[in-house]
Amino acid sequence: MNAAANGRAAGAAVRPPVRSIDVAVIGAGHSGLAMSHCLAALGIEHVVLERGEVANAWRNERWDSLRLLTPNWLSRLPGYQYRGPDPDGYMERDAVAEFIADYARATTAPVRTGTAVCSVEAGGGGYRVRTWRGDWQARAVVLASGAFNRPAIPRLAADLPAGVAQLTPLSYRNPSQVADGGVLVVGASASGLQLADELQRAGHPVTIATGEHVRMPRHYRGRDIQWWMEAAGLLDERFDALRNGRDDLARARAVASPQLVGSRERAIMDLNALAGEGARIVGRLAAVRDGRALFSGSLRNACALADLKLGRLLAALDEWATGRGLGDGLPAGERFAPTRTDASPATSLDLERENIRTVLWATGFRPDYSWLQLPVLDRKGALRHQGGVVDAPGLYVMGLPFLRRRKSSFIHGAEDDARDLSEHLADYLDAMAGRCRDCIAVPS
Amino acid sequence: MDTKTILADNGVNVEALLGAREALTQAPEAARFKWRASCEWAHGTHARSTIDTFYGLGEEQKHRQPHRIETDHPELFAAEDHAATPVEVVLAGLAGCLTAGIAAVAQNRNIQLRSVKATLEAGMDLQGILGIDGDVRNGFDGIQVKYTIDADATREEIEALVAQSQKRSAVFDIITNPTDVSVTVS
Ligand SMILES: Cc1cc2nc3c(=O)[nH]c(=O)nc-3n(C[C@H](O)[C@H](O)[C@H](O)COP(=O)(O)OP(=O)(O)OC[C@H]3O[C@@H](n4cnc5c(N)ncnc54)[C@H](O)[C@@H]3O)c2cc1C
Repeated sequence: MNAAANGRAAGAAVRPPVRSIDVAVIGAGHSGLAMSHCLAALGIEHVVLERGEVANAWRNERWDSLRLLTPNWLSRLPGYQYRGPDPDGYMERDAVAEFIADYARATTAPVRTGTAVCSVEAGGGGYRVRTWRGDWQARAVVLASGAFNRPAIPRLAADLPAGVAQLTPLSYRNPSQVADGGVLVVGASASGLQLADELQRAGHPVTIATGEHVRMPRHYRGRDIQWWMEAAGLLDERFDALRNGRDDLARARAVASPQLVGSRERAIMDLNALAGEGARIVGRLAAVRDGRALFSGSLRNACALADLKLGRLLAALDEWATGRGLGDGLPAGERFAPTRTDASPATSLDLERENIRTVLWATGFRPDYSWLQLPVLDRKGALRHQGGVVDAPGLYVMGLPFLRRRKSSFIHGAEDDARDLSEHLADYLDAMAGRCRDCIAVPS
Repeated sequence: MDTKTILADNGVNVEALLGAREALTQAPEAARFKWRASCEWAHGTHARSTIDTFYGLGEEQKHRQPHRIETDHPELFAAEDHAATPVEVVLAGLAGCLTAGIAAVAQNRNIQLRSVKATLEAGMDLQGILGIDGDVRNGFDGIQVKYTIDADATREEIEALVAQSQKRSAVFDIITNPTDVSVTVS
């Protein structure tokens, strides 16, 4: 053997040959694994490419005290279900990671860990998927890389004084990380409320800035609110069945997570509870100028909108229960006190004078598609898709808010979506194979 | 006749508004409007503003006729009280915007309005504008808007109308959120 041949062999070892596969699933969170299970059930060859470990987000991107806001009995994936001793409890972060890792083992999902996808391009009658560990040529690709990869931080963050530390729910772990002094939590969805509560209890005076939010009691008439939502079928509402079509869908997809916390005490967490602990409630953060945070004067209306919406939700649940003849078996419906606001809520705070040393941006998350080299994003950077069928042949997405159903971004929402989309994908592969057979059959 | 088929008529052409919304979703450029006013000093604290043209849907637009709004100050301020004070005009702007919004939302929700009345009050500490105390702001320290609404709807539905109107109101947003203002001299 000569030196040139050796050199070629060494080169080949560095760059393995392109592997062909029917489907590349990107991401081994519960969404990618649910899809993998459904593809396997249809006999479709595939691989799951994961940059870190299985359940990477739960291992590396969630704060220490996080528990699911969905009860254990609702933790189910296609062909799998929570079977632990506490169906009504709420899983801790590490248990969620274990639950998902167990699922990957139980389904023997073909996961390649430590394999980050660095680009997806069209080509070769499908997609070229480049990873840290070699390239794949796939006929179809499923994006299951998560909907919450990056914090959505408003531009005005740049106007904060340099001395104020900034955190996000992805970088926050626990209160010991936070400088002594006050914290301004921006945003009052599930993350914002939970973290405001934790920080206030840990002795950091919290100011929480809130625009529109979704108020929801942990339990109602003796049942977990998730039981109501599930039983009444509210979360099964489909993307193509909304009253005002695309308009309602765009709004529904943008709705913040509900103010829920999973705790042993089953505590109801809302702005009244936070205020009771001593936190200060202010309007939406509108600007930062000369070291002052300016808050919108719309706080009362933001709270009124949430209170009214809560009232409508509970009325709808009552009506459903009565219609089902369940009314008598349940305790009477309680109504919750309107959200209290200060007589004149602060519209401006001097951050230094108020000793606010940290701002925590609980202002939502965005997916990261920086590696997706395909013209499938709209002008605001969102993926163009119809219920998970992306605007490019053979490309699918899982796990986005209200992807196909109101429950799509929740663990228990993956099952129906993965079933629907894997079937669509199977049809696509069949059609593609059919077309190819036709081309061969055509006499030249 | 089925009550559901009786349509409310509040004199708001919701179909046209929804059509415009749909069209402007497709053409974001056309949605960019510019509102204008011009103002000329008359005498003392008395000034006359004229509102005539605006820009929208990609071209220059004109009101049916120029509208005039005069402003002055009351005699208490050693002025001649030819017209409302500018801050009162701001209150009128807020009331006009919220009330129009209530009518539009009611129409969209098929709620017949019989009467909609608002009273507004805003507090102001003159120590601000007079420069007596630097800690006191010039503007309002708060605005209270009280609506009395008679409509074919429950109390919750009426409250929801008023809340939705605030959510969609331009003047409510202008007042409750900071706006960058540049004033130059040519
Ligand atoms: C704070 C928070 C709390 C939540 N609480 C609940 C709850 O209580 N109940 C509930 O049902 N849902 C909850 N959710 C929603 C949802 O269940 C989680 O976001 C969940 O992690 C989504 O799973 P996923 O598989 O879609 O995405 P992820 O879990 O984000 O998985 C995506 C995977 O893709 C990998 N990946 C990303 N990019 C690449 C790449 N380029 N190459 C290779 N791999 C890549 C990631 O490493 C990750 O492992 C919560 C979400 C958040 C953010």
